[in-house]
This record gives sequence, C-alpha cells and structure tokens, in this order.
Amino acid sequence: MKRTGAHALWETLLAHDLTTVFGYPGGAIMPVYDALTAFPDMRHVLVRHEQGAAHMAEGWAKATGEVGVCMATSGPGATNLVTGLADAMLDSVPLLAITGNVARPLIGTDAFQEADITGITLPITKHNYLVKSAAELPGIVAEAIRIARSGRPGPVLVDIPKDVQLEAFGGEIPRPHAKPEPMRPSEAAIEAALEVLRGAKRPVLMVGGGSQHAAAEITEFARAWNLPTITTLMGLGVFPASDELWLGMPGMHGSVAANRAISNADVLVGIGLRFDDRVTGKVSRFAPHAHIVHVDIDAAEISKIVRAHTPVRGDAGVTARRLAQEATRLDNPEWHAKLADWKTRFIRHDHWSAGYAVKAITERLAPDDILSTDVGQHQMLSAQLARFEKPRRWLTSGGLGTMGFGFPAAIGAAMAQPFVRSVVIAGDGGFQMTAQELATLTRYKVPVKIAVINNSFLGMVRQWQELFHERRYSEVYLGGDNPDFVKLAGAYNIHGLRASNEAELPSAIDAWLSHDGPSLLEVVVPNEHGVFPMVPAGAALDEMVETAPQGVAQ
Amino acid sequence: MTAYTQTSDFLLSLIVRDEPRVLTRVASLIGRRGYNIKSLSVGTTEVPGVSRMTIVVQGDRSIVENAIAQLEKLQDVIKVVDHALEKFVDRELVLVKVRIESSEQRIEVRHIAEDFRARIVDVGRRALMFEVTGDEGKITAFIEQMRPFGIIETMRTGRVALTRGSNADIPSHVYGEGPTQALEPVIN
Repeated sequence: MKRTGAHALWETLLAHDLTTVFGYPGGAIMPVYDALTAFPDMRHVLVRHEQGAAHMAEGWAKATGEVGVCMATSGPGATNLVTGLADAMLDSVPLLAITGNVARPLIGTDAFQEADITGITLPITKHNYLVKSAAELPGIVAEAIRIARSGRPGPVLVDIPKDVQLEAFGGEIPRPHAKPEPMRPSEAAIEAALEVLRGAKRPVLMVGGGSQHAAAEITEFARAWNLPTITTLMGLGVFPASDELWLGMPGMHGSVAANRAISNADVLVGIGLRFDDRVTGKVSRFAPHAHIVHVDIDAAEISKIVRAHTPVRGDAGVTARRLAQEATRLDNPEWHAKLADWKTRFIRHDHWSAGYAVKAITERLAPDDILSTDVGQHQMLSAQLARFEKPRRWLTSGGLGTMGFGFPAAIGAAMAQPFVRSVVIAGDGGFQMTAQELATLTRYKVPVKIAVINNSFLGMVRQWQELFHERRYSEVYLGGDNPDFVKLAGAYNIHGLRASNEAELPSAIDAWLSHDGPSLLEVVVPNEHGVFPMVPAGAALDEMVETAPQGVAQ
Repeated sequence: MTAYTQTSDFLLSLIVRDEPRVLTRVASLIGRRGYNIKSLSVGTTEVPGVSRMTIVVQGDRSIVENAIAQLEKLQDVIKVVDHALEKFVDRELVLVKVRIESSEQRIEVRHIAEDFRARIVDVGRRALMFEVTGDEGKITAFIEQMRPFGIIETMRTGRVALTRGSNADIPSHVYGEGPTQALEPVIN
C-alpha cells in the first residue's frame, strides 16, 4: 500500500495525540477509511448519524478541554455535521471536523454527493480549509488543530477531496504547534480592575464557560476577595456549589439570589462570558447600578452586548490569579445578609414532577460524575438542581440550544473519561433526535446512564405556549406516539427500567446507576409542569417570576 | 449599544491574505450584522500573497467597532485599519459615458471635463467616455455636471484609501523581520 494523503492525515492526528475519531464512512472519504486499517493505534468510533459524531466529539472536548475529532463523507455526511459545528461555535468548543469531498476535477460540477461544505460552514466555524494537494494536507491539519484550541476555542473544518486523499505523499509530518502561553492582561487593565474592586460595596463575580480551564484560579480569586459568585449555565462547576459564596445561575431560569445580586450590585466582574441574552434579560436594565469589569480573551466580546466600563483582555486563569494576588477582603455584612436571605428563596419540588425526578437523580450523583443534558425543561431543572463541585462535569448545549445534544455528548465524554461515570438526563423529545446512537452505545459497551424524563410534551415550548400563547398547545404533544423507551433500549440490548411515581423512583435510580453497563431509566412525570423561577423573554432580571403564576403548575 | 443610534459611513482598509473566499468571509461577516457594504474595492499589494480591501460600511459607531473586532478574528485578515483614526487619502475612479447631440455640446462637455481634469478615454460620434479620479465629492459633482447632457452609463470603482504619512498600515511587528514574512503561508 503506497503512502497517500489519507495516510498523512492519520499520521498527523497521531502526532497530535488525537487518537479517537467519531465518524461515519462514505464514498468521498473511503481512501481515509481504507488507510485507517494501517493505524491500529487509532480508535475510530462508528456512529449511526454524523450529527452524533459531532456531538460525541463535543462531549469529548467539553469533558477534557482537548480537541474532539469528527469525520464524515461529502455532501449529506458533511451537512449532517453542521448542527454540531454550529453548537461548538456558540459554546467555544475545540473541534476538528474532517470531511471528504468529491475529487478536485468534479468540484463545482454538482457531482454526486457534492456540497460546498466550506461555503456552508463559513459562518459557523472558526476557520475552514479546502485542501488542494496531499503535500499541504498535514500542514493544514496541524494549523487547524492549533486554531481550534488557541485563544477562544472553536470548531475548524478541513475538507479533503477524494483524489487528494489518494495522492502520493512523501513529505514529513509536521510537529505539533507549541501550545501558546495563556494571554496575560496588561498591568494597566489589572490596576484599573483592582481599583474598581477595592471600592466595591456590593460586588458580585460572574463566571462563564470560558473559565472552565481556570476553576482553581477563579475559586482562589473569589475566596481571597470574599466575592459572592454566580456561575452561568456554561460556567457551572467552575466554582464549587458547596461554597457559601455561590449564588447559583443567573438569567432566564436563574436563581433568585443570582438575579437579585446582579440587579443590586455596584461592581460586577464578568470572566469568560459573553452576556448572552438568556443571561442578561433586557440589556438596558441589566446590572443597572454596577460598574462592569469584563475579562475575556476575545476582544470582540468586550462591550458587544453590555458595555464594559473596565475591559480586561486576557486569559481567565492568568487574570484571576493576578487579581487574587492583590486581594483585599471585602466585608459588607449587610450585602452578604441580603444575599443569604435571597438564597433561601428557591423552589422545593416536594411533589411528583419533573423537578422532583431531576432533584432525586442529581442528589444521587457523585462529585466526579459527568452530567450531560439535552435541551428543554429537564436541562434548566438540572442546571438549577445539580450541585457541581468541579469543572468539566456538566455538558450542555448552551448557545445553540441543540436538542439531541445530550445523549451523544455523554457517549463522547464516557469515552474520554472511562473511569468517570457519564450520566445523561434527556427529555422525551430531544432523546429521540439522536436515539439511534443507542447502537453506538451497544457496539462499544460504554456504560452511559440515560434518564429520559418523559412528560409526553415538548415541555419548554409547551410552557411558553401556556404563558405567552394562551395555552394554545400547537404541535407539542408527543404522548400519543412516543415509543416505550424501556422497550426501545431493549431493542438495542440495553438494560432499561421505568419509574412512574415517588415510590418507585429511589430504588429505580439505584438499580439504574449501579447497573454494570449502559442503562436507561424512563421517568414518567406529569404532563404540565413548568420551570420556575423565570424571567420572561424581553423582561429585565428584576422582573423575575419566582413561582408559577396562578393556574400554572410548578 | 442603545446609546448610539446615528448611522454614518465608515471607511476601513483590510489587509488580507490571498486565500479563496476571503472576500466572502469579510462580506458575509458584515452582511450578517445587517449592514450594507456601500463600496468595496480589492486589489493586490506590493507584497505577493497579500491583498488590500477598502470597504465602506454604513452603520452606527458601536456596531461598526464590533464588526472591526470580529473582522480582526478572521484567520485570513492580517489587519483592519479604521480610517477614522488617522488622516488618509481616498480616491475613486469612475468611467462616464456622456451623450453628444451637437458639436456645441461636444465643446461644452469637453470644457467641463477639463475643469475636472477628466480624461477622455473613448471618442464616438454620439458619445464621449471620461475617466475621472478623485474623492467621492468630486466624482459626484462631475456626474451631476454631466447629467443634463445625458449620461448613457457610468461605472464607479468604489473608494480606495491609504493612510497619510511615511508609515505603512501594516506595522513591522505584523510582518516580522521584513515585509516578506507576511507571505509565510498560513501553514508551515
């Protein structure tokens, strides 16, 4: 077998220690799959849909902080990756997507299974390449990996025509680019931030997903200054939930304490976050009294949505450590007493509901467990109720809100961290969007624990219809035709069980979590429960609805 | 963001690598933010492998500033120059084809053209074609002067701009040791 561009691709991935690839073969990537047989050190995970491959690679990346790799053929294979790439773009996930394309002479001729994937993915990748020759292939892949992991991480796509994969390659494989030093903030910016902090009476620290790698420094910073700390949906776990300073999650389904703290703060330090509209609510009334210090590595994020009075451009970890070094403990008993009072205001979920089920499940998780979710009510409930002590234990689709994300992401995470338990909480709607990956689970015997919270509805859409569309439940009822999820698992030879009430739940959870191998737990919950607290879309954080309005189930 | 509502024209120069789709990347990034590109000129530079674009975007200050920050993130964009920050020279070139109905008209049109230092680039029995360079105001004024005679068609290139003074828009730290460093392929 002669050495080809396809061989060079695998050699380059191995040289970068990227030894697991989630993919699906097809016509235009067959030379790559053919060459794979020569690389026994490479683990290829055969998925059942390319979207699954992209989300598994994301789960891998989110759980480790390293680049996840997915692979697909041209045309429909490549377009099936698109949702995962958009998801990775919005959540800043380092991803390398390799796609095959038709041979160079056929490009642009509407050839069989041809799609202009570099054109399609232009706005949803950090960068992308169409490889023109085998000679430049390894260099491009090395550069793509560097771009994916540097600065603000993100997805990079490399599209390789079939004849480039087959072209003879006699060159060298480049050594990996050195990891760049984390970006130091300027001393002037640090001084400015310190001055603001020292004068703070009602400070609050808000930490986002861009701080996942900097949990130790962030925790040190918050404790040294005695800063009440909020973690966004993507930042959950960066600061330990058991710490007294933790106020919960901000935004649309955030905690009373977090949202009140933002509305009343005089200084808000945001680190590694982008002030998403689900976090800010009405922007003009977001943190109206606060001097905002925004720390971010991406210059384009600073003052994009919320004006930063003190911008600090730098790596979250380096900046937090620098600020911690100059700590002055801020004690304001009045502020802390207020926050303590707000912290007592949360919903207790003491009757049979999705919230009750999610609470019961998350309470039984160990601090090391990785919890993935899909998108919807169960996601927000999980974010509200799970208690994360460590970073990279919480995998969810925040920016794009991708239904179907949770289950494949949990598989990817389980493969990345084989000694850590990987649990997914999904809804009956989202689970069915990528449920075919049950086959992948069976094939690789990954012991992922799946909980399907079944309320027979697209619950979050239903909640909005209930609140904002006068209960016109348009096309959101799934109950009549949902599968028997336990039987569905059984069809793939996966252990399954069901709980339908409070009495059945505890022992079912125990049996499910302790099962040796993959297992699915279907939890049947009442149809019409909502997620509260809630800030209605377009409203300000201080207009938060703490409990369900009259006539609406909690 | 809400504090700014006034829109105006922003003249930007982009120094970019000659790679496929750079133009698309730039145009789509700005278009995605809902702003129209009023004019766009692209050409190669004195450095092989490096092109220069001059673009005019209409928008409010804060959005354009963010667009600049986003453009700077593109891998193929070496530098973005916001011409609002320094003095610059800008020019536009236009070809104008003017209808000629009589010899008196021909003389009158040629006189106006002389005042604008416009060159005649094509002579026909019923039409003259002029080439004019100048800033946006001069070009517009020339077209307005010619309008009464009957403009058959025009083609404007859009604006091109360079910062005044002896410094290059790409400072040496971007080039590295010398200008040729900018040519290093993206991959190595």
